[in-house]
Amino acid sequence: MKSVEIVVNGVERRAQVEPRMLLVHFLRDVAGLTGTHIGCETSLCGACTALLDGRAVKSCTVLAVQADGHSVTTIEALASEGQLHPLQESFWEEHALQCGFCTPGMIMCASDLLGSNASPSDREIREGLSGNLCRCTGYQNIVGAVKSASRKMKRRTAATAAKK
Amino acid sequence: MRAFEYVTPKSKEQAVGLLSQNWGDTELLAGGTDLLALMKDDVVAPKRLVNVKSIAGLDAIGYNARTGLRIGALVRIADFADNADVRKYYPTLARVADDAASPQIRNQATMAGNLCQRPRCWYFRNGFGLLAKDPQSGKSLVVEGDNRYHAILGNDGPAYFVSPSSIAPALIAAGAKIRVFGPSGARELPLEKFYVIPKSENEREHDLRSNEIVIEIVVPPPSGERFGHYEVRQKAEFDWPLATASVALKMSGNKVQAARIVMGHVAPIPWVCDKYVEATLLGQPLTETTANAAGVVAAEKPGKSLGKNAYKIRLAHVAVKRALLQAVKET
Ligand SMILES: Cc1cc2nc3c(=O)[nH]c(=O)nc-3n(C[C@H](O)[C@H](O)[C@H](O)COP(=O)(O)OP(=O)(O)OC[C@H]3O[C@@H](n4cnc5c(N)ncnc54)[C@H](O)[C@@H]3O)c2cc1C
Ligand code: FES
Ligand code: FES
Repeated sequence: MKSVEIVVNGVERRAQVEPRMLLVHFLRDVAGLTGTHIGCETSLCGACTALLDGRAVKSCTVLAVQADGHSVTTIEALASEGQLHPLQESFWEEHALQCGFCTPGMIMCASDLLGSNASPSDREIREGLSGNLCRCTGYQNIVGAVKSASRKMKRRTAATAAKK
Repeated sequence: MRAFEYVTPKSKEQAVGLLSQNWGDTELLAGGTDLLALMKDDVVAPKRLVNVKSIAGLDAIGYNARTGLRIGALVRIADFADNADVRKYYPTLARVADDAASPQIRNQATMAGNLCQRPRCWYFRNGFGLLAKDPQSGKSLVVEGDNRYHAILGNDGPAYFVSPSSIAPALIAAGAKIRVFGPSGARELPLEKFYVIPKSENEREHDLRSNEIVIEIVVPPPSGERFGHYEVRQKAEFDWPLATASVALKMSGNKVQAARIVMGHVAPIPWVCDKYVEATLLGQPLTETTANAAGVVAAEKPGKSLGKNAYKIRLAHVAVKRALLQAVKET
């Protein structure tokens, strides 16, 4: 067993884990955060996407011990004070989910994308989400939702700046 | 996944001390995007996993106009592709890195891990070994079986897989060297010499001993050469290419003075074309006709189908032609 300290959504979690434990299992079973899904467990589908030190990774292909001393952000951290994150809102409004299985991964990957590119083109969104599979929607509405979220986030940033 | 001991050395000396003299007992872990997949499938089952990410000082990129680009082993593919110097002085390399795998993988995977990733041969990935021999008859499963993604060059046996990195051939075309650290210190070799065709199951597909680590990749400064890189992919992302070509051209006016052509995913090693391919271009202007002729000599003439992969010969031919034409296109 190895002891690890991983900051998950701002909360420090210490635990004894087997070195072979995957980060996604740590998130779901140790931290009790089941928003991060397991689809393929072979780094193909992207359902398990979480942010490691702010960057999207497939948490089924990272060992919990590799995240020792680092911070992880999951879908549970996006909404704040009962208010959905613009990405969550837009996925809802634009019908960007059906069964919802891929959604946490899609949203986490999109949040990484919008962090480095506030107004991505359709093509950039498609490339940015190319590591995430969806079996239901046909992707069209997902691209639309990310676009809509990007517009909302820019409006909100502008509004906050204007208040200052 | 089998249980293993996990260690986090702080220096490359410590790391080397923790590695076994024999392949298989220990493995190096970088991003883990390839190794963990192999361990989940029990293709690789080390007793000890040595995390190289805990080693300090291997994660920087440095550019100098005189000495070129130094890429630390632990530099992530995404950081390499986004680096301002790489984009400015080596735009082709930045593009190649940006096209590899998917965003989440590029965020996690390292440059050395990319160069050392293991072959995608489905026999290897299903536990039949690098040389994929039938345990009973000893015959090659590839030759007898489904070889649609296997080698069309360097395929006289016993290895038939294709070298998996799509970045390695482009680095080789750019003249890259690789620096390796082991029990007796550091050594440097041209990246093309790093890749070897294994002759037996206890050899690997690179010239690395089991107690050595890759520490750095060095690319010479640009010297007016023109670069091109073309990938034939079944899917735009999320998969390895079927054939690639990377070219570096020295031009004198509109005539070719020197040409270096490296094909990827066609042989167990990145395939550096011989002087006969270069000879089709020397002293000639680069046109559809000459580029096509080079593709024929590079792929159609020497290429050999294993039964189900003849189409790859044509793909490699076209990749060479298009990479050459891309290199001379006005920028
Ligand atoms: C869906 C998918 C698509 C992909 N598409 C592409 C593609 O188009 N092109 C492409 O090139 N790759 C592609 N890849 C492969 C990907 O680029 C590699 O998995 C990744 O680069 C490996 O880097 P890593 O740091 O995660 O290595 P790890 O998985 O940690 O290690 C890989 C191997 O390298 C060894 N190693 C790691 N670091 C060192 C070191 N410093 N010294 C010596 N040995 C070392 C390890 O022991 C291991 O054997 C794809 C992968 C996936 C899952
Ligand atoms: S569960 Fe991780 S990529 Fe599918
Ligand atoms: S909504 Fe069902 S998989 Fe994407």
